[in-house]
Amino acid sequence: MTDAFRKAKDPVISVRNLHKWYSGVHALRGVSLDFERNEAVGLVGDNGAGKSTLISILSGLHAPDEGEVLVDGRPVRMKGPRDAMDQGIETIYQYNSMVPSMSIARNLFIGREPLKASFLGLGILDEARMRAESVAAIADVDLHLRSPDAMVGELSGGQRQGVAIARAMHFKSKVLILDEPTNHLSVKETNKVIGFVKSLAAQKVTGIFISHNMHHVFACCDRVVAMAQGRVVLDRRIGETSIEEVHEVL
Amino acid sequence: MRLLVKTFLQKPELAAVLLLVLLIVLFQVLSNGIFLSAANLRGVLGLLPEMALVAVGVTLLMICGEFDLSVGSVFALMPMSMAVLMAQGWPFLPSVLVGLMLCAAIGFANGWLTIRFAIPSFITTLGMLFMARSLTVVISGGFPPRLDLERIPEHLFVAFVGPGELIRASFLWFLGLALVVSLLLSRTNFGNWVRATGGFLPAANAMGIPTARVKIACFMICSLLAGFAGMIQVLRVGSPLPSMGEGMELAAVAAAVIGGTVLTGGIGSILGGIIGAVLIRVIDNGLVLSRVDSNWFKFAIGALTILAVVGNAWLRKRGRAMKVEG
Repeated sequence: MTDAFRKAKDPVISVRNLHKWYSGVHALRGVSLDFERNEAVGLVGDNGAGKSTLISILSGLHAPDEGEVLVDGRPVRMKGPRDAMDQGIETIYQYNSMVPSMSIARNLFIGREPLKASFLGLGILDEARMRAESVAAIADVDLHLRSPDAMVGELSGGQRQGVAIARAMHFKSKVLILDEPTNHLSVKETNKVIGFVKSLAAQKVTGIFISHNMHHVFACCDRVVAMAQGRVVLDRRIGETSIEEVHEVL
Repeated sequence: MRLLVKTFLQKPELAAVLLLVLLIVLFQVLSNGIFLSAANLRGVLGLLPEMALVAVGVTLLMICGEFDLSVGSVFALMPMSMAVLMAQGWPFLPSVLVGLMLCAAIGFANGWLTIRFAIPSFITTLGMLFMARSLTVVISGGFPPRLDLERIPEHLFVAFVGPGELIRASFLWFLGLALVVSLLLSRTNFGNWVRATGGFLPAANAMGIPTARVKIACFMICSLLAGFAGMIQVLRVGSPLPSMGEGMELAAVAAAVIGGTVLTGGIGSILGGIIGAVLIRVIDNGLVLSRVDSNWFKFAIGALTILAVVGNAWLRKRGRAMKVEG
């Protein structure tokens, strides 16, 4: 059974009747949503509401037990994060998907390394290109770092988040999922991330912004979706609702 | 300039290099100049490839975030299976190939079991240590078969070659293989995946790296190198002993750790593992030349391991703390 939900004219991603069980827990109970092209959607809800489960399905980490995911109107079955990336869905994870013991240039291209020569998928890294492109990618998101060879482990939380964003943008994503990107960031760094989410529409990127902080969502999103106990309990344009109303339903 | 010093201080193998230079000077003095003589270097370099090849594989696997305690047993099982097949009339090359396939199978089993059942590789490979050792004794039938040296192209593996016959052919095998593994780790996308898998597994998974396959590949490379090293030792000695390679797994871990590889994965270098293996050889030989009671050998290796790790941690911290212009 699919509940009534807010349909979009030209959805970039749609999910229909998603169900997911985790070791006996019914984490998603029939979620249907449309994500309009170039719109920034804030996804809010308490811990265990199903936000992370929904995100892990959209980013290809987990497969739904029931229901389907459509990208540009076509049903897709994603077998791993790589499939999601190939569909143009990039995710910036809460725990930070960077390897601290590797350089910025190496981190930027993990799993998608440019190769000088290759055979059966294995090949020689084009390190000059990796360094040059990572310098450009980082400059594109207004981040200033001294060298693409610096270890990610030496960067501050905000700088790491910046590199993660640079990586997502570099691969020309059409959907960018940001999972609690403002956690552990300073006020200044948080404002930078919020400004970045606002700028996504101009860059023709759909943003899905997961946060605990309602003020952050209302500051940068066009629409807010609230989840509780595995269901969508509220779906409104930002102008049609208020922080109080969202708190009310949660 | 400061950036150069900083980069240098953060090299994982730095502490080991410093210790190596120090010990070479020390042994050269203590042995009245015999240590660096051609005759002694022949001895040191002739035995080095066996230990060092095992260390190369173990280092790679540790950088990938896993352990292999079964390398000592595989070191014995590969040449034993080869010798048994040859004793039954098989030619040399097919026997070697079967032996290496056995190693690959063991490496695969180590990796597959570790990942499929999500158990620590410490446990999987500890089990394999006993199983492979037992197999070695079983197939030998209690009597180690003698190798028919006529049928073996010895010149390809253990004959002395090079200027002044300073090295054995095995040293060239070692250099070649070490170079290949080292380039694999530092210059290819596979190497990038190995470092990511060992450095931070959740990130590697989230970026779509086939981490299970990467790990299994590293387990297989590690086993293959251990088996190949065992074969070189047997070709040198002339007969496989069921007990050969005992304790080698820990010496190899020590070599990797001395060379700056971090136990939790992600950090380390193949060169470091090799320097660690060289250090162990140098101490082994140097103590004898300096007329120190050879029972002190293991004490020295143990002390060196701890010293190198403490030294590495300190140097890395100093390097990290060094400020360079942002």
